[in-house]
Amino acid sequence: MSLSTTQMQALEEARQHVLDVSHLRQTFKRSGNQSELVVLDDVSMILKEGEIVGLLGRSGSGKSTLLRAIAGLTAPTSGDLKFKGAPIEGPTRGIAMVFQTFALFPWLTVLENVRLGLDAHHIPEEEAHQRALAAIDMIGLDGFESAFPKELSGGMRQRVGLARGLVVHPDILLMDEPFSALDVLTAETLRTDLLDLWVEGKMPIKSILLVTHNIEEAVLMCDRILVLGSNPGRVRAEVKVDLTQPRNRFDPTFQSLVDDIYGLMTTGEKPSAAHAARSEAHPSHPLSMELPRVSTNRLSGLIEALAIEPYLGRADLPALADDMQMATDELFPIAEALQLLRFAVVEGGDISLTETGRLFGESETNERKRLFAEAMIAHVPLVTHIRRVLDERPGHQASFSRFAEELEDAMSEDRAEQTLRVAISWGRFAELFAYDENSRLFNLENPT
Amino acid sequence: MPDSAVISVGRRLRVLPNVWDIVALCLVVGTLTSITFGARQLNAPLETVQVANISLDPAMLPQYALRTTLRMMAALVASLIFTFIYATAAAKSRQAERVLIPILDILQSVPVLGFLSFTVTAFMALFPGSVLGAECAAVFAIFTAQAWNMAFSLYQSLRNVPRDLDEASRAFGQTTWQRFWRLEVPFAMPGLVWNMMMSMSGSWFFIVASEAISVGKTTITLPGIGSYVALAIGQRNLPAIGYAILAMLVVIMAYDQLLFRPLVAWSRRFKSEQGDDLGDDDPWVLLLLRRGRLVAYAVRPFIAMVNSVTLARLEPLSGSLTLPSRVSGEGVRTAGRYVGVTVWWGCVAIATGFGFYALYKEMAGSIGTGDILLSIRYGFYTLARVVVLIILASVFWVPLGIWIGLHPKLSRALQPVTQFLAAFPANLLFPVVVVGILHFHLNPNVWLSPLMILGAQWYILFNVIAGASAFPGDLKEAAASFRVRGVNWWRKVMLPGVFTYFLTGAITASGGCWNASMVAELVSWGDTRLEAQGLGSYIARATLAGDYPRIVLGITVMAIFVTLFNRILWRPLSNYAERRLRLT
Repeated sequence: MSLSTTQMQALEEARQHVLDVSHLRQTFKRSGNQSELVVLDDVSMILKEGEIVGLLGRSGSGKSTLLRAIAGLTAPTSGDLKFKGAPIEGPTRGIAMVFQTFALFPWLTVLENVRLGLDAHHIPEEEAHQRALAAIDMIGLDGFESAFPKELSGGMRQRVGLARGLVVHPDILLMDEPFSALDVLTAETLRTDLLDLWVEGKMPIKSILLVTHNIEEAVLMCDRILVLGSNPGRVRAEVKVDLTQPRNRFDPTFQSLVDDIYGLMTTGEKPSAAHAARSEAHPSHPLSMELPRVSTNRLSGLIEALAIEPYLGRADLPALADDMQMATDELFPIAEALQLLRFAVVEGGDISLTETGRLFGESETNERKRLFAEAMIAHVPLVTHIRRVLDERPGHQASFSRFAEELEDAMSEDRAEQTLRVAISWGRFAELFAYDENSRLFNLENPT
Repeated sequence: MPDSAVISVGRRLRVLPNVWDIVALCLVVGTLTSITFGARQLNAPLETVQVANISLDPAMLPQYALRTTLRMMAALVASLIFTFIYATAAAKSRQAERVLIPILDILQSVPVLGFLSFTVTAFMALFPGSVLGAECAAVFAIFTAQAWNMAFSLYQSLRNVPRDLDEASRAFGQTTWQRFWRLEVPFAMPGLVWNMMMSMSGSWFFIVASEAISVGKTTITLPGIGSYVALAIGQRNLPAIGYAILAMLVVIMAYDQLLFRPLVAWSRRFKSEQGDDLGDDDPWVLLLLRRGRLVAYAVRPFIAMVNSVTLARLEPLSGSLTLPSRVSGEGVRTAGRYVGVTVWWGCVAIATGFGFYALYKEMAGSIGTGDILLSIRYGFYTLARVVVLIILASVFWVPLGIWIGLHPKLSRALQPVTQFLAAFPANLLFPVVVVGILHFHLNPNVWLSPLMILGAQWYILFNVIAGASAFPGDLKEAAASFRVRGVNWWRKVMLPGVFTYFLTGAITASGGCWNASMVAELVSWGDTRLEAQGLGSYIARATLAGDYPRIVLGITVMAIFVTLFNRILWRPLSNYAERRLRLT
């Protein structure tokens, strides 16, 4: 009996899927028996043979966590992970990974580092040697076989990381922000080399899954881009990139794609929405707002830049980032902070100053401090809370850990610490309260 | 498996003693007591061992030196084996960690020499009438001077393996066994080698004490430099002591050149910072090993063997057989594991209870409140000595160390010398001091005290030198360009700059002081015996009299004193320095 055409197609399709992720959920327990932290929620995706898929998201979107689950490094809380139809239950032979920090063993030579995965699986000596040399050759590391990682530049180190991934002939190459630790020029060279090898079909791999926060990089390299939202991470949108390789950054289609994704990444990530998503995870906690790690200098700097020519209060985010020579992940937190304080509004890939924002830009230092203080009291519950506690206490003092513990009810320990640190720095600037690092105490004294 | 949930463990150093410290104290002291208790039941008369004939002829010294060296080597091997088992268990299993680490903490605080009287009895009982028991006891005594800091070092390294390397190792399919040998051990190597070196230095101090052991009426002498020195002291033979010092210098130098320099240079390749430290020259022994063709030929099978062992795809025994592991993945908790955990804690509880009982049994009847109060009072005397000595040594050596450290040429020349001085067993110089005290009719309560810090002070000096030479050049220049001078320069620039280094030195030195109190507060020269009142002499006297209850009491009190001293003074200071004064 023969199968029907549709059945054949379905089978064919299933065979093409090298990776199936369905309804993946990942939570982490916090220290103490508090509620769980949801990092990934109901994430589904597939990876087909012959494609490069990008996972694009801001920090906190859980994109690295997703990659680690696929690599078998962490076990998901619930949901299914299938590699070529078989469940992933730990590090799998057909999946290799390239790390953001390179993760090279400093005491092994380039050759030994490349052979890591082969040696672990007892590939015969002669074959392992040949394969390692071939990978080193392909990736342009000829002549560096006996060098130690510390003798190499960042770009060369990541080449070793790439060779180490390729040498095991994986079906899927996972890449965790592979170029973000490199300078712009080196990253570009490496990207181009990798794409060339990919397009020529020289690499012994079937698919690539690339984690990145760099929108241009994603559009440059990927066939499909999954945009992840934050807190908790879930797939917000899928963008197909139908441009032929090699792609041109200055091609209008390319530019408009980048713009679209900028829009996708900013809309719906307004504090209100993000806040709602967070409150869902931690019902009705008043202090669940995380503060982005941005200094008041950067806030002032962006407002000033926005206020003058050529923007005059309104700017296209990609253009602004380009102009200020910032990566997207640097610009987003500042924009988010401005929005949070109602100094600016972010919408559809554009940012525009509000009336207070405009006023702030025109003011002198003391006036700025006043405006900043007002904005914080009005819109940052944590700061209001700290100030109220200090006002109410007879000694006008309160400890760091007091607030940190309160925050930890609503977020992870690290985030709580970061948020409180940001509150301290903003509060100091606005002269709302003082903080003494030695005694780890907040107080209301104004040092004279 | 996710590990992020447990990362916060150990983020803050514990300061105040808690229930685990008490459990650990009971376990340690209880075990010691039970050992002697058991040994006495076996009832082997110690007198049956012949006393080896030691000759003060300098021609005998090479042979003695060799035997001493072999003992130290044996102890080092034992320490390594202990370290690998103990530290790995503590680092890999949370359940084990909670008991093992406080125990290690207590063991570090228990005066090493106090062990001697216990272990001798136990080992002699194991090998009645044979020298082997005494040999084992001596090796064990040296072992107790070496093992603890090595174990701590390995434990800390294992807990701090860089996350990305760990992930890379797992992502590329290394098994737990492969990962241990290929990632974790190499990563721990620099720290471990450094601590082996420190251990070796430290153990010279105890050689003298462990080769000529007196418990009660028995004196056991093993041929070696230590017993040679003991005999020389007994016979008031100053030239012989001079020969012994010379022999020891030669041995320390040989050790340094043949073993530790190559080891340190070799371990440098395992440093994980990607900094440029390739500048240092390799020592000649290592060059010989690396470049010699014959050597390469000879070690090849050995390397192949190591590779095949470390690369074997061994999977850990699963389920309840192994100690519950650190990873806390969902849904893998089997019933077997619960049973394992329960059994483990049951054992710990029983052992703690038994330790407490053994302690009580040993003490009951022979120790009254008076004894306890007396030992505590002596504890305060010794504490006062330690504090005063550390302060005096700091006042003297810190400025000098800073001055040396700021002159690169000088510090490069002096650094090995000070490390060498730290290795030099200060007790060899005791006779000189005793002769002085006797000659000038000085008060031993005061003048014996400096002996305690004689060997330990160098730790302060060489750490301060290291700190001053590592002080960032730009800060030095900034201070100079803003004309920061005099008191301000010390208070705001240099002292905070070297503080973390100084602290490391001072902590080591104070530990050394406590230990040395047992030999420094009770010193003999021929038939003359000088004594300073203190916990050290209390234990030493009890040891000489074979008075076990009082030895146990003295050791317990000292362990408590040292632990509290560490927790109340050193830990908060370290935490503070870590938070505020780190220069990187």
